[in-house]
Amino acid sequence: MSGGDALAVHFWQGCAVGELRYQRCRACGAAQFHPRRFCARCGGAPDWVVSRGLGTVYAVTSVTRAPTPDFARLAPYDILLVDLDEGFRMMAHGAPGLRIGERVRLGFDRRGERPLPRFEPLGGSS
Amino acid sequence: MAWISGVGDTEFGRLEGETPLSLMARAAGDALAEAGLERGEIDGLLCGYAASLPHLMLATLFAEYFGLKPRYAHALQAGGATGAAMVMLAQRLVDTGECRNLLVVAGDNRLSGQGTDSAVAMLAQVGHRDYEVPFGPTIPAYYGLVASRYMHVHGVSEADLAAFAVLMRSHAALHPGAQFKTPIGIAEVLASRPIAAPLKLLDCCPVSDGACALVVSAAPSETRLRIAGAAQIHPHQHVSAAADLADFALADCAERAREEAGIGIDDVDLLAIYDSFTITLLILLEETGFAPRGKAADRLRAGIFARDGLWPLNTHGGLLSFGHSGVAGGLAHIVEASRQLAGRAGARQVRQPAIAFLHGDGGVMSSHVSLVLRRE
Repeated sequence: MSGGDALAVHFWQGCAVGELRYQRCRACGAAQFHPRRFCARCGGAPDWVVSRGLGTVYAVTSVTRAPTPDFARLAPYDILLVDLDEGFRMMAHGAPGLRIGERVRLGFDRRGERPLPRFEPLGGSS
Repeated sequence: MAWISGVGDTEFGRLEGETPLSLMARAAGDALAEAGLERGEIDGLLCGYAASLPHLMLATLFAEYFGLKPRYAHALQAGGATGAAMVMLAQRLVDTGECRNLLVVAGDNRLSGQGTDSAVAMLAQVGHRDYEVPFGPTIPAYYGLVASRYMHVHGVSEADLAAFAVLMRSHAALHPGAQFKTPIGIAEVLASRPIAAPLKLLDCCPVSDGACALVVSAAPSETRLRIAGAAQIHPHQHVSAAADLADFALADCAERAREEAGIGIDDVDLLAIYDSFTITLLILLEETGFAPRGKAADRLRAGIFARDGLWPLNTHGGLLSFGHSGVAGGLAHIVEASRQLAGRAGARQVRQPAIAFLHGDGGVMSSHVSLVLRRE
């Protein structure tokens, strides 16, 4: 967790209580995942909202060569980009073997020092 | 008008006992010698960054070390596009009359000075600190995500990617300074160990030591090599913020560079395209107009990108086989294109090229610079 960034703290505190928090602009309605004190689309003021955690796999990779010894202990692990139904995209972990276009549901992996968003198959693909 | 009046480089690979500054000085000395210029005639200095020598004022540090007192100097950061961005800026600085002879230089010793493990960990930090890095990605993982989407949408296969690794290796074989020269085949690339699916070891560029430099001047040297066109686009920083991983909308950037040069695609004789990964090279060829969507590998198999083809591609072997020494890795494409246009590429020389198109990519398809070099 980054020191000093209250918005990042708020996001990760959400994960700790099982909430995927994102922002929606009061002015233009755009969803925004990387939180800011403004809407990057129109400059308006965003509100925090909680996602239902349902989405579609947009891209997927399986990491064998990890960046650090901590992650090497988990390897291989799947990293996804997921398009959430509310209209934003995020990076997350995924259950092994997920494919592009597959419908997924959010969970949290609580094995590490912080709960990491991790998607599981919803059952049936679109 | 701005002219490339001299180029220089070191070999790439493991270069023990060197520092980024000593490597930069070797390349810079060669570039000045080729340009026929003394240190006192260099009035501008642009340099990149060095991962193994983080410094707030790298340009000034190098100026003092090398013995320059430039009237204009600073470092520049655009990831892998830094080399091309420096050349574009040098062109602009010459065109405005700010400088008459700019030295553009970059060097790093990531391999011997930093080590592959440390470089992999450091490079991953180009991702978002709060919303990407916590998931344990690497640069290959970011590009693995790109590859998965691009290949899914456009029907590109892993064998298509492998064909580019094989081509780069075959080109590197003729360059005395290349890091990897042993021939490889498609099956070997496909069987290389997994890194970040669908990318395997031989889809990824190595970590290298090395340096490159060039001099951009207001007066042409005997090679009459002009920086004829340049353009940039910076659509996003993070892969998770990219609008579409199957269409990066780079055609406009490439077209603006060609328009400034007054040329069309059919006028191009030589390509030097950023190739941090096989997927990078394939996408950039398709984005910048040198292959239809999903068809870059078909064009490769038709011989278009071979040394004797319509558009010889990365004749030094690219980042994939010549090597990747950070900013110098991107500059190596420009040094090679310059040598080819000047007819000084030795055993690698292709038939009388007059116009080269170059494209650099920084981050995860994040920062883009297109260049056109032309022999007048």
